[in-house]
Amino acid sequence: MRLELREISKRFPGVLANDKISIAADRGQVLGLLGENGAGKTTLVNILSGLYKPDSGQIFIDGEERVFGDPAAAIHAGVGMVHQHFMLVPVFDVVEAVALGAETVSGPLNRFDRTAARKRIVELSEQYRLNVNPDAKIESLPVGVRQRVEILKALYRKSDILVLDEPSAVLTPHETEELFGIIRSLKATGTTVIFITHKLNEVLEVADQIVVLRRGRVAGTADPKTTTRQELANMMVGRDVELIVPKGPAKPAAVVLKLSNLFVRDDRLEMAVRGIDLEIRAGEIVAIAGVQGNGQTELVEAIVGLRTIDSGEITIGGNHVEKSTPRQVSDLGVAHIPEDRGRDGLIAYMSVAENYILDTYHRPPYSKRGVLNRTAVNEKAAKGVKDFDIRTPSIHTMASSLSGGNQQKVVVAREFSVPVQLVIAAQPTRGLDVGSIEYIHRRIVEQRDAGAAIVIISTELDEVLAVGDRIAVMFAGQIAGILADDDATYENIGLLMGGAAAGEGQAA
Amino acid sequence: MKTLRSFLSRAVVPGLSVVTALLIGAIVIVLTDLENLSKIGTDPVGAIFGAIGGVGRGYGAMLSGAFGDPGRIVAAFQSGSPADIATAIRPLSETLVAATPLIFVGLAIAVSFRTGMFNVGGDGQFLLGALGATGAAVALQPSGLPSILVLVVSVIVGTMFGAAWGFIPGFLKARTGAHEVITTIMLNYVGAQVVFYALVSTFVQQPGSGQPISRPFTWVDVPPIVDLPAIRLDWGFIVALIMAGVVSLLLFRTTKGFELRAAGFNMTAARYAGMSAGGSMMLAMAISGGLAGMGGSFVVIGTIGQLSLDISGGIGFNAIALALLAALRPSGVVLAALLFGALTTGGKLMGIQSGIPFDLLFLIMALVIMFVAAPGLIRSIWRIPVRKPPPEVATMSQGSAGTV
Repeated sequence: MRLELREISKRFPGVLANDKISIAADRGQVLGLLGENGAGKTTLVNILSGLYKPDSGQIFIDGEERVFGDPAAAIHAGVGMVHQHFMLVPVFDVVEAVALGAETVSGPLNRFDRTAARKRIVELSEQYRLNVNPDAKIESLPVGVRQRVEILKALYRKSDILVLDEPSAVLTPHETEELFGIIRSLKATGTTVIFITHKLNEVLEVADQIVVLRRGRVAGTADPKTTTRQELANMMVGRDVELIVPKGPAKPAAVVLKLSNLFVRDDRLEMAVRGIDLEIRAGEIVAIAGVQGNGQTELVEAIVGLRTIDSGEITIGGNHVEKSTPRQVSDLGVAHIPEDRGRDGLIAYMSVAENYILDTYHRPPYSKRGVLNRTAVNEKAAKGVKDFDIRTPSIHTMASSLSGGNQQKVVVAREFSVPVQLVIAAQPTRGLDVGSIEYIHRRIVEQRDAGAAIVIISTELDEVLAVGDRIAVMFAGQIAGILADDDATYENIGLLMGGAAAGEGQAA
Repeated sequence: MKTLRSFLSRAVVPGLSVVTALLIGAIVIVLTDLENLSKIGTDPVGAIFGAIGGVGRGYGAMLSGAFGDPGRIVAAFQSGSPADIATAIRPLSETLVAATPLIFVGLAIAVSFRTGMFNVGGDGQFLLGALGATGAAVALQPSGLPSILVLVVSVIVGTMFGAAWGFIPGFLKARTGAHEVITTIMLNYVGAQVVFYALVSTFVQQPGSGQPISRPFTWVDVPPIVDLPAIRLDWGFIVALIMAGVVSLLLFRTTKGFELRAAGFNMTAARYAGMSAGGSMMLAMAISGGLAGMGGSFVVIGTIGQLSLDISGGIGFNAIALALLAALRPSGVVLAALLFGALTTGGKLMGIQSGIPFDLLFLIMALVIMFVAAPGLIRSIWRIPVRKPPPEVATMSQGSAGTV
């Protein structure tokens, strides 16, 4: 079906989230909706799915105007949503999860007709090559399959227009490829797909037309056949962006971080890191690539003193830190950018200034005989905010009210506010937009050039390739290989990340 | 000016909660005023005015019961007679007396909530503090030391008893993950039994009484602030105010307080930043228990002068409500405690003078707390625009979650 949004506007207190946005997609077309965080993508999607009512503007489906009072109306009109965070009941099996809310019933007691539902689900799964086992429990399924269950849910409700909100955020590169395959088969059967993302490669690969949003407006449209990544990035940010931060060749010096035959267990006491040997030198960036859950988290926690190691050795600048506390490690000049900044890197309900001193509050000049020196805190925090271009109304603003990019800048500013010899950055740009990524990469390269040893843990191949001087790929708790220079290609890394084809289930 | 404005904006919801609760209280007074209700058919105007008059008399009595009669206070000071002055300011002083333990325990709860611990054990910590102070006072009786020295030692011992009683749940949570809501509630019962056991021991029990009450403290007292007959207000109140200042400084001006708050808001981030989350829990609970214990010490030695099981009167639970009403701010705790103190002392006179049952006060207090807990309700009744949720809300929701 043809979908058209005409001059949609939506205002929230203080923000014009959507300002006369018009987009249109024909039957069987994939529309890539590209934009930074806060560009208004989610608001637009929520309007389309009936969660919000637009202040003005119209929605047309096949030329007929539709008004969605609630999500049920949107579903009825054939608009199916696959949210970024899945809405599935973990203990249900696929049939139950898909049919929930749209059950076929029979008999006087309205008994759920499982056989009929299962039959349709199997048919749909085959038709679109979704490859989903209808009897598997949701909780036992890898993330990629759960997403296909969400797509099944939409198809089961006879959606002709499918909206995918940041669908690749949780997927491995391989799963993303599979998703694109599914999108193409949907397209072939006439489904209209709205594909929302901030990743440039993806729209270029799968979209038929691209609409770029910036600050609530349509910043421009592009044809994937003729446009370039650079052009799209500039359109998204509104200025010339460097997708790959320029950096000179690494000048590796003395070994700073040395891991020898390191074994670490995870929370379930299973061995997550299985015998890693790695040396990281001053003045180089080693990117650790790998699909989430291959021991990277445990490795980082072991290095920074948050997790007891099973066996092996860790030295930082020659000091053994196997038994050190996080503070002792930090006092050696180790900056740690945690992978989940909201949970581990920031205290949402403390101010920017308080977050700025979160791991240095006990040192001078912030602390004097146990008393906080507020003047020093405020001065340093104000300087950090200025140096790192943190967009905040004030240093006393709660960290929770900052955007993701600015929150991450607070973390990075704090970690780089004292001299460091080692930087451990886990997923430093996850969920950030192009502009913030550029900024944070630039700062990390600066630290390298100033002589720090840098470890970046990332699941994003683009990031790994853009900043890593050497790339170590982790798979199943081990280093599957270390690549540099010409060997470091998309394909080689992807192969190592996936491990052997048989080991795939393990990785997820 | 800016601080005044931010104070006012913070006080809007609690203030309107009190007003709304009083309005509903007035409706209840009218609906239970059977005399005027029965006249509504025959003499509607008289009935309406009668009912309004009843509300006015009741709340009037409550006001003068809580703060005294201004005219009388002025006259008493003009006459200069100590007896007259004492009678005139007695209601106000009783309000402050009632507020004193509420300030201590309210601060205790505020500290624990600010640091992510849901301390429901204020009662037990208060009782144990009272027991510690009693034990020290009784032990020091034969020494013949000056009253003031006995007092100081007793308060210190009482505070330590309360701190120890608070430390136990903190320790259990830090080491084993035991949830503090369960452990503090259970320790309330254990504490009451410990106090009961002590009260029937020959060491503490009032000789010859056979009741679970201690010897009356004739050899030690908390000095009164003004030396007038029948005025019970003592230095415990001043110490309570000082503790409010100390707690405020501790939480917001020291590195320790920074650690405690950080761990309370987000334990994992605190750990990542190199703080000891377990240590914070234990320290926070010990401070919290210590404040409650100090309150118990002053009440038992000063206000009541004798230890019995009913001195706590559920203060640990009232203090939770009070701390929430105060938005977990030390200055707010003082104001909220004064409000609760005024309602209880004023309620007594209202009961005597206007025949409205004292129990109405529990209704009003409960409504105040309910409204404070449901700010959205107050905002919609009074049509106040929504602001960002205050951080306290987050403390509350995170307070019961997570362990080491």
